[in-house]
Amino acid sequence: MGAILRNPKCALFAICLLPLVRLVVLGAGSGLGANPIEFITHSTGTWTLVWLLVTLSVTPLRRLTGRAELIRYRRMLGLFAFFYACLHVITYLWLDQFFDLAAIAKDIVKRPFITFGFAAFVLFIPLAATSTHAMMRRLGRRWQRLHRLIYPMALLGVIHYLWLVKKDLTQPLIFGAVLVFLLALRLPWGLSALRAVSNRLLAISAQRAGRDAVSPGIHAIKQGGRFMRSK
Amino acid sequence: MSLRSSRDIPSLEITPPEIYRERRLFMQGMGVMVAGTALGITSDAQAGAKLADVHRSPYTLNEEKTPYKAVTTYNNFYEFGPGKSDPAERAGSLKTRPWTVKVEGEAGKPGEYDIDSLLKLAPLEERVYRLRCVEGWSMVIPWIGFPLSELIRRAAPTSRAKYVEFVTLDDPGQMPGQRSDILDWPYVEGLRMDEAMHPLAILAVGLYGEVLPNQNGAPVRLVVPWKYGFKSAKSIVRIRFVEKQPLTAWMRAAPREYGFYSNVNPHVDHPRWSQAKERRIGEFLKRDTLMFNGYGAQVAQLYRGMDLQTFF
Repeated sequence: MGAILRNPKCALFAICLLPLVRLVVLGAGSGLGANPIEFITHSTGTWTLVWLLVTLSVTPLRRLTGRAELIRYRRMLGLFAFFYACLHVITYLWLDQFFDLAAIAKDIVKRPFITFGFAAFVLFIPLAATSTHAMMRRLGRRWQRLHRLIYPMALLGVIHYLWLVKKDLTQPLIFGAVLVFLLALRLPWGLSALRAVSNRLLAISAQRAGRDAVSPGIHAIKQGGRFMRSK
Repeated sequence: MSLRSSRDIPSLEITPPEIYRERRLFMQGMGVMVAGTALGITSDAQAGAKLADVHRSPYTLNEEKTPYKAVTTYNNFYEFGPGKSDPAERAGSLKTRPWTVKVEGEAGKPGEYDIDSLLKLAPLEERVYRLRCVEGWSMVIPWIGFPLSELIRRAAPTSRAKYVEFVTLDDPGQMPGQRSDILDWPYVEGLRMDEAMHPLAILAVGLYGEVLPNQNGAPVRLVVPWKYGFKSAKSIVRIRFVEKQPLTAWMRAAPREYGFYSNVNPHVDHPRWSQAKERRIGEFLKRDTLMFNGYGAQVAQLYRGMDLQTFF
């Protein structure tokens, strides 16, 4: 067990499952409160957004640190976002509406927040379906273009949340602010800001390394070259 | 030898659960009263204490009551925070004694009532009512209180009194939720005079046989069962008779979404969600929402000739 969790991918997998484990544990006791269906709906929705934002922060983080290997975790994070989105949708269709198709159709058409949430989920499906290596190879350049759908999809998701709360907007606004920040880091000025910060960090670490040892400057320059190249 | 089947006892002779539970409640209440008297304390002091001398009322329901735990842990009371569990966790800071309710405005006999005199103002009754929240969930709660009309009669409102305004305590020291401006404090609610005089509208001081817990609006709150829950102002400090329709807290916050009347109505949706169904807390499947929350026979005539789409 310990050995498995020392593998970073396995550890991350376990961490991503924790919100579900929490729901199961709470559900086994009576920890879900007086309105368990509402609790499950909110919890799975919240965690969909959390994993989406974490997925979207992989690339900026890679650019900041120059650690290219971070990209290896992105697919799993994205698929976990999709997993929680599925749980969220199933909760709505089954527990909340009990497959009352007429009511569901009416909801999707008439309730803007459900329209947006539903649209986000629909956009999510092709991304999850084309997440395999085989699909990446088959789609080639088009794969990346297709996967840019994550940007509008995440925006729809946050608006969906913003629109449903009765009064207290704090939490949806926090999600919104983080999302806008992560998207801005992909715009030209965001990219240059990111580059400036990472060069600064590099200079600091080079300085420290220079103090501590004799020849680590070369290492720092090599690293610098790596993330200057990264898009 | 034949076994006696349960048919041998006519069902008429079996005490229905509401009655035997009530008997038990009554006996417990007696016990507390006796103990309280022996110790020299009054039984009406704090939340959780049994209320004595509660009469049965014809206003009851043949529906299963929502468990006490759910009624007292799943609340909307933004004065203690926007989360459902915030009130139960944070309402301990509310001091319900001493407590005065000012009755003022267009009244011949305005006055101030401290909570003990309110408790003795009229015979206390138990009323088992449906509560329908505007968010789409509902409960069945055994309130204890007396008709609001009892207080109104004593205040002798003048002919200019067309509406009654209810104001909740405004004290961020006791109500930590008021430190954020999620609503424009104090919380204000209102009723038309005839609505306020309706026998179903009560001032509640207790639930489940006990003094009202803080998170449910202690020490005194309004209960208007045919309207969405937010119309029933909690922790009331002022009742004022006015000529103009009061601007309520939710109308001020979102006028497009919350109207003055806010009668439970499955045909008039909230702009963002349907009001056709509700989830009764504790049940799995949603049930249909009833017109006027099932109190149409009693209250529909108050709104005769009114377009309820307009006056939502």
